[in-house]
Amino acid sequence: MLVTPTDSRPLDLAISGIDKSFGPVQVLRGLSIDIPDGQFVTLLGPSGCGKTTLLRIIAGFELPDRGQVRLGGTDLLALPAHKRPVNTVFQSYALFPHLRVEDNVAFGLKSRRVPAAETTRRVREAMETMRILELARRYPHELSGGQRQRVALARALVNEPEVLLLDEPMSALDAKLRKEVQGELKRIQRQYEITFILVTHDQDEAIAVSDRILIMQEGSIAQDGTPEEVYERPVSRFVAEFMGSANLIPARCPGTPVAVCGFGALHLPAPAPWSQGHLAIRPEDIEVREAEPAVNGVRGLISERLFRGDHWELLIRVGEGTSLRVMTEPDQQHHEGQHVWLELPPDDLLVLRD
Amino acid sequence: MRANTCGWNSRQTTCWSCAIKPVIIHDGYLTTKPHLYGRGALLVGLAFLWMGVFLFAPLAGLSALAFASRGEYGGVEWTFTWENLSRLAGHDEFGFSWNHLLILWRSVVLAAVTTVLCLLIGFPMAFWIAARPAAARPLLLALVMVPSCVNLVIRTYAWQQFLGSQMPAAWVAQHLGLVPDGASLYPTVTAVYLGMVSAMLPFTVLPLYTSVERLDWSLVEAARDLHAGRLRTFRHGILAQCMPGLLAATILTFIPSLGMFVISDMLGGAKFLLVGNLIQQQFGSMNNWPFGATAGLFLVIASLFALWGLRIVSEREAGRR
Amino acid sequence: MTLPRWVPAVSWLGMTLLYLPLLAVAVLSFNSTRYGQSWGGFTVDWYARMVSNEAILSAAWNSLVLGVISTVLATVLGTLLAIGLNRTPWPRWFKRGSDLAINLPVVTPDIILAIALVGAFAVLREWSAAFKPGMTTLIIAHTTFQISFVTLVVSSRLTTIGKDQVEAARDLYANTGQIWLRVLLPQLMPGIIAGALLAFTISLDDFVVSFFVTGPEATTLPLLIYASVRRGVTPEIHALSTVIVVGTMLAIIAVTWIQAARTAKPQE
Repeated sequence: MLVTPTDSRPLDLAISGIDKSFGPVQVLRGLSIDIPDGQFVTLLGPSGCGKTTLLRIIAGFELPDRGQVRLGGTDLLALPAHKRPVNTVFQSYALFPHLRVEDNVAFGLKSRRVPAAETTRRVREAMETMRILELARRYPHELSGGQRQRVALARALVNEPEVLLLDEPMSALDAKLRKEVQGELKRIQRQYEITFILVTHDQDEAIAVSDRILIMQEGSIAQDGTPEEVYERPVSRFVAEFMGSANLIPARCPGTPVAVCGFGALHLPAPAPWSQGHLAIRPEDIEVREAEPAVNGVRGLISERLFRGDHWELLIRVGEGTSLRVMTEPDQQHHEGQHVWLELPPDDLLVLRD
Repeated sequence: MRANTCGWNSRQTTCWSCAIKPVIIHDGYLTTKPHLYGRGALLVGLAFLWMGVFLFAPLAGLSALAFASRGEYGGVEWTFTWENLSRLAGHDEFGFSWNHLLILWRSVVLAAVTTVLCLLIGFPMAFWIAARPAAARPLLLALVMVPSCVNLVIRTYAWQQFLGSQMPAAWVAQHLGLVPDGASLYPTVTAVYLGMVSAMLPFTVLPLYTSVERLDWSLVEAARDLHAGRLRTFRHGILAQCMPGLLAATILTFIPSLGMFVISDMLGGAKFLLVGNLIQQQFGSMNNWPFGATAGLFLVIASLFALWGLRIVSEREAGRR
Repeated sequence: MTLPRWVPAVSWLGMTLLYLPLLAVAVLSFNSTRYGQSWGGFTVDWYARMVSNEAILSAAWNSLVLGVISTVLATVLGTLLAIGLNRTPWPRWFKRGSDLAINLPVVTPDIILAIALVGAFAVLREWSAAFKPGMTTLIIAHTTFQISFVTLVVSSRLTTIGKDQVEAARDLYANTGQIWLRVLLPQLMPGIIAGALLAFTISLDDFVVSFFVTGPEATTLPLLIYASVRRGVTPEIHALSTVIVVGTMLAIIAVTWIQAARTAKPQE
């Protein structure tokens, strides 16, 4: 290996203070993350948030203007890309069209002059793991999208890197294939115990595979947590909106655990840290009641009903011009134009940072 | 800053460039600007140096030469003069003559008429080839290309042979009374045009074909559907789509035709002079290089003019779409 | 799609224009009459004579040597140029200027190139006798206009290869030498060869530039044919021309066939 651990401790990736600008546009601002060995981390965010740039900095295709990237004590930025024990699966897969699948997979080993016998063995193992053994003699243009992706993965994994970087690897696949691949990635990551860093803009994907999600917004980290934390307890408007359809409620809080919003007063578990800000509540957390609930009851009119297969999505008008989205069980019988009571349980009300 | 090794240096020591200049990344390759551009300059410089010495510098020199005087015994005297230009415009030692202007005019007309004829023949040919079964098309295109890869001298003297007095073509013409008995069909203006059109035709057909091949017939049907007559259908459905190929074909036919002299030399005889012949004479027997350079300058300017005009047309067409 | 009836007719007219004279020459090459064109009987004599004709053989040899040397030079220079242009992040003004410079020999009429070269050699002759009209000047001249063609072909091939693959190769521990050897050059080779073939063909066929630039001992095939036409054409020349035409036809058909086979079963 090109980077020898200074002791037998697992290699942790430490990123600190990364700044990067392209011309006048600052893409990364003071980014710092610590990633322990063997974790499956996803960088999640909209386009332009800098997630791909960060990935490329780790891979070695960009140099940050400021900051450090250390892998287990070694300064990665001092190494050119081809000396870093990091491999990348590109969004376009970047397979070599003039080489067969087996030669593509063997490429990294051959570059490092691994002896032929060992190369053959490792290549074979990698292809077996990715289930592409029967495609070994084919050329990339003869493969389907899903097959190419497996080859790209095999080509990266066979080198047993310390960190595997994946740049939107599933953007070119259809929904069914995506689910399969997500499961596979998780399985492989567990099996190889390699640090995976995935970049995506698809929050469902992030939730499905990651141990930890880093939501990025305009070059900084908006929230860092497990999929559950990020989804259930978003800390800011941005995260709440990005992670799923949350109802955003602008409100005022005078310092008591009560927030005043456009359609009434809502009880909170604790006072909000701001006098003016936003609350959020998930559609599935709002309950539809027959009668006025004891706490946080809101009267509303069902303006729309949409069937989603495993649930109903109701759009309920409350107050002037505000609508709340509510999810109910599929067997519920409501109709449009019906007046209902909604309960917004205080524990499910999320106080957002802004 | 950070990197103390660059991709350039396989040993782990710091190279001079890394020591003094900030490291940048290009294609995942750690290097420095002096390295990167230095290497690039070396690669590019060899060829550009060669072309500079043997082509660009001489071309510049030629432009200057157009304004120089001819020395006593045929050399070049570097004194500025308008003489060459005025000579080209017809004013020489013997007063005004239309000679040179006629030559220029003839060249332009020849190139223009050749281009038009080639388009008239080449366009249908492109369609015809496109209509053939897919397997036959590459073969037909190859057949069209073959003569263009054969030497111009061979093709032109072949016309000389074909139009010879004892060949069938001349025989027919003689019997029809078009030419006196025993005469060959060259050197004549017709022969020149035959030679030019057959020489330039492949350069017209091939670009036209690339446009025709990509034709979207649904647009033609749409035009028909909207009650367009045959001419309108052609104009808006077909011609509009073939514009890029048409323009390319025109450029590739007109500009080389301007500079031709071999065909007119061999098939047109001594009286049928074009700019190319004029240049050849001045650099050859007449040994008047400045004047030859002037004629050459005219040729270059005419070509640039044509290129520029066609560019405007193509931009207008592109803007329309 | 039905074409109007006159379209095939015009197309045949075009084909005829292209091939009829060549056919006439082919026929005449079998004509046993030495002077004139009246038919005297079938013979392959002239072909035999052609093969043993000193002037023809010498000119053929010159054309070949000239073609090979100039092609090699032009391919090297042109490929390096294409690589240097493509793989270095030149500023936009440089790229535009280079584009112009490379395209210049392609759009300039032959005769202008010829007189430019004549001028260049006239000046260089003052400095070294190596530049007197002859094989050397011929080689230099041919190389000069071949470079552009090679560069254009290789450049277009380089751009299709794309940036991703180089980064992927870097990611997979390849140093610069390995990237060139194992990723770039293998994919570039077809382009380099295509460029070289194109340059070679252009050199073999060239007449105008050669005419202006050559010297007494360096006759190429096109120049020989021209001179012989001036003097009075002999049937050996007919035979030679027919051989050239047929050879060209076979070569192009072979290339077309190979390309068609390649696209049916693509390698990349």
